[in-house]
Amino acid sequence: MSKNPNFVHPYIPNSASAVEQDMLQEVSESAAENLYKVIPQQLKLNRRLDLPEPFFSEYELKKHVQSILDQNKSCEEYVSFLGAGCWQHYVPAVCDEVNNRAEFLTAYWGDTYSDFGKWQAMFEYQSMMGELLDMEVVSTPTYDWSSAVSSALMMSARITGRSEALVVSTTGAERLMHMRNFCHDNMEIKLLQCHPNTGLIDLEDLQTKVSSNTAAVYFENPGFLGFMESQGSQIAEIAHAVGSLIVVGVDPSSLGIMAPPITYGADIVCGDAQPFGNHMNYGGGVCGFIATRDEERFVAEYPTILISIAAGKTEKEWGFGQCTHDRTSYVRRDLSPDFIGTSQWLCAITAAVYLSLMGPAGMVELGEGIMQRCAYAMKKISGIEGAVIPLMATPHFKEFVVDFNASGKMVAEINKKLLNKGIFGGKDLSKDFPELGQSALYCVTEIHTKDDIDNLVKALEEVLA
Amino acid sequence: MRKNMDIHAARWDEPFIMQLGTPGERGMFLPAVEDAIYQETGDVLDTIPASLKRETRPVLPEVSQPRVVRHFLRLSQMTMGLDLTPDISQGTCTMKYSPKINESFCKSPKMTSIHPYQDEDTVQGILKLVYNLRNILCEISGMEDFSFQPGGGSQAIYTNACIIRAYHAANGQGQQRNEIITTTYSHPVDAAAPHTAGYKIIQLLPEENGYPSVKALKSALSERTAGLMITNPEDTGIFNPHIQEFVDLVHEAGGLCAYDQANANGILGIARARDAGFDMCHFNLHKTFSSPHGCIGPGCGAVGVKEELIRFLPLPAIIFDGEKYHIDYDCPDSIGKVRSFLGNIQVVVRSYAWIMSLGADGLKRVAEIAVLNNNYLTNRIAGIKGVVLPYPDSGNRLEQTRFSWGELQEETGVNTEDVRRRIVDYGLQSYHTSHYPIIIPEPFTLEPSETFSKEDLDLYVDIFSKVSQEAYEDPKLVKTAPHRSSTEQVDVSVCDDPETWAMTWRAFQRKHQEG
Repeated sequence: MSKNPNFVHPYIPNSASAVEQDMLQEVSESAAENLYKVIPQQLKLNRRLDLPEPFFSEYELKKHVQSILDQNKSCEEYVSFLGAGCWQHYVPAVCDEVNNRAEFLTAYWGDTYSDFGKWQAMFEYQSMMGELLDMEVVSTPTYDWSSAVSSALMMSARITGRSEALVVSTTGAERLMHMRNFCHDNMEIKLLQCHPNTGLIDLEDLQTKVSSNTAAVYFENPGFLGFMESQGSQIAEIAHAVGSLIVVGVDPSSLGIMAPPITYGADIVCGDAQPFGNHMNYGGGVCGFIATRDEERFVAEYPTILISIAAGKTEKEWGFGQCTHDRTSYVRRDLSPDFIGTSQWLCAITAAVYLSLMGPAGMVELGEGIMQRCAYAMKKISGIEGAVIPLMATPHFKEFVVDFNASGKMVAEINKKLLNKGIFGGKDLSKDFPELGQSALYCVTEIHTKDDIDNLVKALEEVLA
Repeated sequence: MRKNMDIHAARWDEPFIMQLGTPGERGMFLPAVEDAIYQETGDVLDTIPASLKRETRPVLPEVSQPRVVRHFLRLSQMTMGLDLTPDISQGTCTMKYSPKINESFCKSPKMTSIHPYQDEDTVQGILKLVYNLRNILCEISGMEDFSFQPGGGSQAIYTNACIIRAYHAANGQGQQRNEIITTTYSHPVDAAAPHTAGYKIIQLLPEENGYPSVKALKSALSERTAGLMITNPEDTGIFNPHIQEFVDLVHEAGGLCAYDQANANGILGIARARDAGFDMCHFNLHKTFSSPHGCIGPGCGAVGVKEELIRFLPLPAIIFDGEKYHIDYDCPDSIGKVRSFLGNIQVVVRSYAWIMSLGADGLKRVAEIAVLNNNYLTNRIAGIKGVVLPYPDSGNRLEQTRFSWGELQEETGVNTEDVRRRIVDYGLQSYHTSHYPIIIPEPFTLEPSETFSKEDLDLYVDIFSKVSQEAYEDPKLVKTAPHRSSTEQVDVSVCDDPETWAMTWRAFQRKHQEG
């Protein structure tokens, strides 16, 4: 069968020869390949593609693909303490149910008349994120948190007419790399120093570096290294005094208990809704967002689609439309300062389901549960010989640095040994933050039990002994 | 026999989730923190600095689980996914069937519950799939390496623009070569993404055949040319036969050529980007390679490059030493990151499985049937009263066709937006009109991928004929459509006025419901 170019395939209805003949007759051709006469002969591939032999039966295909996937070891088989921008949270079954609905899974760009439900779900996502963030405008998804920040910095540059961003030096290395590539010649990224003992931004350094060239000051709460930046208002005051905007990155799973960044002066808030019901998917579950106050100067600079309610014939009837579609790259083309396209909408719909299930009480409990377990893990690990929590005095949410320098062991070596004990140790920071030496970033969420943490402590004690 | 024309979309009159439930209701419990943890740490909420403590609870809905399920299932029923309708409407988007078996792989914990920073020994399976798909796409395109990091087609175009920038910078010509050439009928992001990357953009207008002339290209080329970023066939479905000459001329001028193959559905196994001289290309795995579109993502724009450009690809690289797969961050010339981690890898898994269900012959059949479907449909749609096929002398179209309702509009006053709403009443997805700028009057763009049967195509034509007839006999009926959709016609001018637009429930309440 596989050698026959005219075989019938279950995914290709018109590959049945009778119907194909009918259709060829309609277009007055004897063979489908004649329809390629518009392609010059010398551009045609005059051989069969050299590809692996296919599995025509679904059974064989399933065996083949699943057997390769089965070589992975998942975070369900191991206890994982990895975070750093992709976090293991509990995914409610209802999130999977909605996420897998064929209507949502297989829709695309249809408008309010054909995909009304998609638009309402997305509007609800924007609305619930708006409640968490205390902001009135929330974007449809950007590709991820990094894309959101990079776009937000460029928005700041356009709004202020300036070309410099001050970015906290504890930003993750990959995110910083994204910003540098994205802002490139349009914007200079300067790093803000932090106090080594607290992790907090050095306000004197900020004071020295802000100027009339500063378009934005960017920091995160909680920071990439897990600690809380408590000087938000002071940072905002210094930045605003010179006409700079404040861009804050936030892990929204903290927002049941932590203040939304607008309360301490944020103008643009970015982050990722992956924690809200989206599986890690090896990093494929991300869902970036940008949020601002409802002001024209901000709305005009969003790169993403923004869904707005649209009026119906009566006050009771409402539909949805795109707010100022003309500002997007679809219309502005060669004059567009940014771009948008297919991003992560299904993840946003999933996040809407999650927030609906959790409600205000659930979000408070989520935040509290994470912070409580995180504090417990920090306390226990700090008691291990050879492990130090350098920022113990600063409150943390979800993630924290463990410094192994005193043990004389490499993080890579420690993690290999933990692996043998069924544990994925924290992310090795030795390359991205060389000043921290042999340190790792540990992540604890609501899925970790006391036993999980105690087992980690026991394993670390053995490994470091 | 029933024909699926006498339909009414689900219309649940469903409130917003924010209006549902009662205070105290809830949809989910999380694991409680053990007492022993509290005993050890005390109440940590007290340690949050006052400035960072949330003062009031977020005003989220308080709804029981069954009502949340009912709500979102109702919304799903009011969404016209491809599984429910022959979605020939979204031309340029390559709507095709996403096999259910491939979804089972994406639901496996071996996919969902793996973390991007796991030890590479524990992710050999996923790395193997990524590497295998890389090899397959290299053969399909003729390129020599691929990155799956970009999360969509636009981001892939942007990645290619960054690679062009890095290439010229490495040759000391970064400042001098500051122009990218594209065509008006290429995707808007072929202009917008390189512009975002700092380039001045020259857009070549279509001439009488529907594509720009070699002469126009020549006059745009100079020592400032960094590259060409182009779709072919373009949005119209017309293949530019001079493409090889275009590529050669850009190369002579010192530029690179990037082939936007977001939609490569018509030429799989027929023609390859590298054989036409292109230096780089990208495929949308959520289009040609069958991963579902997910209400606008997650997708993947797979970027392919020739040997000399591999060193500029986003990092990390996935390499194979003959025994094991490795994640390699040692890429000193890389443009860096365009997206976090390795991209939407679940999309890679689906595309790999799809290709492995078809093989070389199957892929070629996909292309041939997609093109045959489109030519059959184009012949029949072009015969409908009020429809004009632009550029009639430019040979047959490949996998998609842009048409015009210009004649219908002149004769009846019914325009393409009206028809677009009306076909929804017959169970069809609202169609893609055109990317900007609008050159063809009252445009619509159709793409009947290999997924659709002759019966589907005939039904589609019947509905368009019916709507045309309605336009001539009762234009008001079409102009006031939809009548059988989940919603009435709405006034979208609300969405452009700062006084009335509302992106969130709280803004809506403030602007529309207070006082």
